[in-house]
Amino acid sequence: MRNIFLFIRRYFNFLFFVLAQVIALLFLFRYNRFHEAAFMNVATEGTGWFGSKYDNVQYYFNLKKTNEDLAKENELLRNQLLQNYSTPDSNAKLVRDSIPVDTLGNLRLYAWRGAKVVNNSVSLQNNYLTIHRGEKQGVKKDMGVISPTGIVGTVINTSDNYAVVMSVLHRQNRVSAKMKKSGRVGTVQWDGESPLYVTMINVPKSEIIAKGDSVVTSQYSYLFPQGIMVGTVSEIVDDKTSNFYTLRLKPATDFHKVEYVTVVENIHKDEQKKLEEATKKNQ
Amino acid sequence: MSEFVKNIIRFTLFILVQVFVLFQVKPLHQFIVPYLYFLYILWLPFNTPRLGLTFTGFVFGLTLDYFTQTPGLHAAACTLIAYVRPFLVNILISQAGADQNYKSPSVTSMGLAPYATYVVILTLLHHTYLVFLEWLEFGSFLYFFGKVLGTTGISLLLIVVTELLFFRKQKFRTNTV
Repeated sequence: MRNIFLFIRRYFNFLFFVLAQVIALLFLFRYNRFHEAAFMNVATEGTGWFGSKYDNVQYYFNLKKTNEDLAKENELLRNQLLQNYSTPDSNAKLVRDSIPVDTLGNLRLYAWRGAKVVNNSVSLQNNYLTIHRGEKQGVKKDMGVISPTGIVGTVINTSDNYAVVMSVLHRQNRVSAKMKKSGRVGTVQWDGESPLYVTMINVPKSEIIAKGDSVVTSQYSYLFPQGIMVGTVSEIVDDKTSNFYTLRLKPATDFHKVEYVTVVENIHKDEQKKLEEATKKNQ
Repeated sequence: MSEFVKNIIRFTLFILVQVFVLFQVKPLHQFIVPYLYFLYILWLPFNTPRLGLTFTGFVFGLTLDYFTQTPGLHAAACTLIAYVRPFLVNILISQAGADQNYKSPSVTSMGLAPYATYVVILTLLHHTYLVFLEWLEFGSFLYFFGKVLGTTGISLLLIVVTELLFFRKQKFRTNTV
């Protein structure tokens, strides 16, 4: 017994080092699976506060670009307004459509909430954004996040006033996407190498693809409405051993400059998932 | 100002500069991430107890981790270099008793060549471990190697600039009071 204590005393430094390493690695490897740890919640609130203070300064420098993006988005939305389209009126009498006004919220599928980005990283292996909107303002886990120009990521952790978004530039991120031209569906992910490109897999070689083709979110995504820009094809990698292309995409969102994002909530997501899981269990 | 207060201020400054300046730099190349924050551990005074050194490294790394949402990643790398540091200092110090006559590692206290070796070895060690942990799941060796070297190069450049800009005065202290 005495020898054990002597041993511990003698190698205390080394043992402490090993202990610290084990704790650090435990944090690191558990985090991927259980990132909702209560400790992280507090940390999000704290670092989020720092981030929003700093962002006040940095925001100023990106004003011009942000303004341009928002103006463009406004232009796009204005073009989609109903009053822009007119067909010769063949109606005999005016009938008021009662469906578009949905006061009970039964027909609504997506709800949108704007938020400001207060912290952001692009240069790490797994990148996250912090947005200044949390549980109290209606942001929950597993909601999609988009910017005026394209998709940004998924909400993975929330505190009272902040939420952490796993960016598309994260090795665990998977987005169901399709070629805009043909509607062929594939998966967009990130290989962790260059933050300037993301990868799209599972596009069969029968597909005719050109550089510059648009890739948008598919109709099968739980998180995003279909047709939101993901990126444009910049390189087609022809792997001889596979029947599928690997496409290198230039992301539509400039992750380095993103200032305002919109959080998308798919209201029927839980219902859909529940049904699908119940079906799996029955078989 | 006491050494303790000075180090607390340094702690905050290194974290803030790393998070809000260096991590915000637009990516130049996939191999290059500018890291400077670990210089804090290299600058800690000679007389820090070894246990304290390891513990400081752990806390310092963990603080940065909570900004980057990667709990444990930087903490592991910082703990490693903080633990290895005393061994290196013992080997590299040329003048007898320099670690008692000067406060902390620097060019004046250790001499240019030993200090440079000290910085290069610890920087390389830090980045190798960091990139290794990041790439544990799958890795192409070339990428791993390139990233370690690229990141180390940028870090060393940043350290040289920091050493020149913020010259630390080192008073020679005799132990014959």
